[in-house]
Amino acid sequence: MTHAVPPRGRGPLAAREARLAWGLLLPTIAIVSAVVILPLIAIFWISFKPIGLADLRPPAPVVRENLRGDGEDLRLQYRLRNSSQDIAITGVTLSDTLPEGLTLRDADDRCTVDGADIFCDLGDLDAGGRDEIELFVTAEGDTGPLGDLAESSPPRLTGDAPNILTNLDFTLENFTRIFDGSEFWGVLGVTLFYTVFGTLGALLVGLFAALLLDRSFRGQGILRGLYLFPYVAPVIAVAFTWIILFDPFSGSANALLLQMGVTRNAINFFGDRPLALVMVTVFEIWRYFPLSFLFILARMQSIPEDMYEAADMDGASPFQKFWYLSLPQLLGILSVLFLLRFIWTFNKFDDIFLLTGGNAGTRTLTVNVYEQAFAVSNIGAGAAVAVVIFACLLLFSVFFFKVISREEGL
Amino acid sequence: MKRLYHGHITAALIGALWTLTAAVTVAVAMSFVTGDAFRPAGLVSLVLGALAGIAALYGRLPLAAASLVVAALGPVGIGPVLSQGAGTVAQAVAVLALAAAIALGLGGMLRGLGTGALTRHEFEDAVIRFLTGFGYVFFTAIVFIPFYVMVMTSLKNQQQLVQNPLDFSLDLSQGWHLFDSYVELLTRFNFGSYLWTSFYISVLTVLLTLAFSIPGAYAVARLRFRGAAVFSRSILLIYMVPMIVLALPIYIGYSMLGLRNSILGIVLIYPVTTIPVALYMLQGYFRGLPAEVEEAGLMDGLSRLQVIWKITLPLSLPALASVSLYVFMIAWNEFLLAFMLLDDPSKFTLTRGIASLNSSEIPRQHLMAGAVIATVPIMVLFLGLERFMTRGLTAGSVKG
Repeated sequence: MTHAVPPRGRGPLAAREARLAWGLLLPTIAIVSAVVILPLIAIFWISFKPIGLADLRPPAPVVRENLRGDGEDLRLQYRLRNSSQDIAITGVTLSDTLPEGLTLRDADDRCTVDGADIFCDLGDLDAGGRDEIELFVTAEGDTGPLGDLAESSPPRLTGDAPNILTNLDFTLENFTRIFDGSEFWGVLGVTLFYTVFGTLGALLVGLFAALLLDRSFRGQGILRGLYLFPYVAPVIAVAFTWIILFDPFSGSANALLLQMGVTRNAINFFGDRPLALVMVTVFEIWRYFPLSFLFILARMQSIPEDMYEAADMDGASPFQKFWYLSLPQLLGILSVLFLLRFIWTFNKFDDIFLLTGGNAGTRTLTVNVYEQAFAVSNIGAGAAVAVVIFACLLLFSVFFFKVISREEGL
Repeated sequence: MKRLYHGHITAALIGALWTLTAAVTVAVAMSFVTGDAFRPAGLVSLVLGALAGIAALYGRLPLAAASLVVAALGPVGIGPVLSQGAGTVAQAVAVLALAAAIALGLGGMLRGLGTGALTRHEFEDAVIRFLTGFGYVFFTAIVFIPFYVMVMTSLKNQQQLVQNPLDFSLDLSQGWHLFDSYVELLTRFNFGSYLWTSFYISVLTVLLTLAFSIPGAYAVARLRFRGAAVFSRSILLIYMVPMIVLALPIYIGYSMLGLRNSILGIVLIYPVTTIPVALYMLQGYFRGLPAEVEEAGLMDGLSRLQVIWKITLPLSLPALASVSLYVFMIAWNEFLLAFMLLDDPSKFTLTRGIASLNSSEIPRQHLMAGAVIATVPIMVLFLGLERFMTRGLTAGSVKG
């Protein structure tokens, strides 16, 4: 008599299910890793490279071919040049085929000739260096069309140049450069100000808006739709609108303030030092309060009504009900929202880039990536800033996952 | 605090604050509509408002009378909204609007308050009613004003804009010439083709995103396999990687592969930015569907893929609509990648096209007309399908 043993481990059914699951996930994993993981690795790699925008095109030999002279002096001339001013090219070779009608008389020492085929080994080409090969030929017929014929078949060139992207030269220069001086700490301070106040502001304003709309009345749907506009509209449209609205010379906001006598001189909202940072933070709050409002409203509407009825029976005042009932209920969603928005505001690039371009003391870390890589043309330094951002992000997400596993449901 | 719990004090306080709110609102609104000089007077508003608030305690008639008197003081030069120099009609409208705002607002807020001591409940209810009224005015103003400025600027010409930046009144006698900026954008600046490019890129992005994320979301939500938990975590993590960090290597890679300046490059990259979001939203929805229905399908001899096609997808149409709308919105509004990767004006998307309008040679009504062209389609879509959109936003759009 054998005992019935419950199956242990993975049975064939479970294995099939797992195979199917991986099959379904494979396309997603493939494409996401191609566009997310690879660039991330690339950015780490580049951040240790001394590389500028111009280095994206690797150095290569460039040649010009000419048929010169006539009679005894007729020669095929190849002029070579190194496209890079900084990096030498090694093992440069040139091969070409003589066109019909040209016969070789005397070749350069460095070249070997096999019938109509020429092969020249030119050795190394210094940085910014030039070289020249002359092959004396005799022509049968008119040299004009022959020259065109010779020039129309471009010679093949080979040469090895150390590609700065793929070689194993590493440097810490990018990191010392970005951490050097007070600039980095200034940028970090601006980022933290923008992130903390932008996030908190959007949460508080969103909470206020949610409290307003947490009742049913006619037009509630329309109002809710209207309040979401700032988030739904394209950032480029609203950012330019803000710029025009707050323009120091012909903006309506300044005209209004002047007319109301609040200020005597026009205020340069996006150009003066502390004010510009406040303005971009206000923009951030304006643009993202709808999101927190939506989440908080959804949570509010799921708070059971009988809790409030019980509180009414106990004689709680409206403020007490908000403070002792609603707020504790909302704490979960508020903390999750805070963390998520914190990370996203930290990562925000478009808004500040469009509003001020990072000028007037509004350069955050993300704007700094762009500045370093494209304005200063130092891709390596830009990548180094990106690595710093990524490190901060990892740090935040550790916190985030701790909280979210407590507050499941988002 | 206790001292505030008195009818007269509460009424005066709320009356003062509300009258100030109303005065500022009316002044700003009238300035924006007519372009004339309307100024709110802070201190006067507070004092007169306090009186109006106290009047409200003695019934509707005294309140109405007080509001009218307070508002009518404006044109004379001592009221909450000073309007000397403005047109007569505009002044009259301002007076009436202010009187109505004060009377209706205070009437509602101070409803049921007595002249004597108040309980805490009565006091707090009145304060909350004030905050509610203030909140509606505040939010409607901050949301409405930028969009109003955007639309009105696009309908003006350079000379009008410089002359009086506050004047948003329209000269209707111009007829169709009001829309000159739009005509110019569509004819000279190629915006018709940008609209089309943006549209088909967004639609392609939606289709590709759904094609990749539906199977993935189903696997994460329904099937058991080792690593499912880690996988759904890493989706969230990828969702948080900042675009600018990825944009730099993508720019380098595209430069080398020759994909820069091509629609193909954009269509390759957009779905990848939206797949994690879509996957996250959809797997949440799939988890909520009853597994029994699918098991019944399996028992009846359908394969897993047939179950997805014939049972799960039809059941999740509303979620698919939300996800599609949301993804469409992301793709339509995307700016950074289009800005970095597209340089050739014949291949611009709408957002890239607007960015190219931002130069000193191009008048700003054109820039605003471009902004309107980009905003209107997404707004129409949004208002028409508000229900789906709101759900989509709450389900997954912690991203921004």
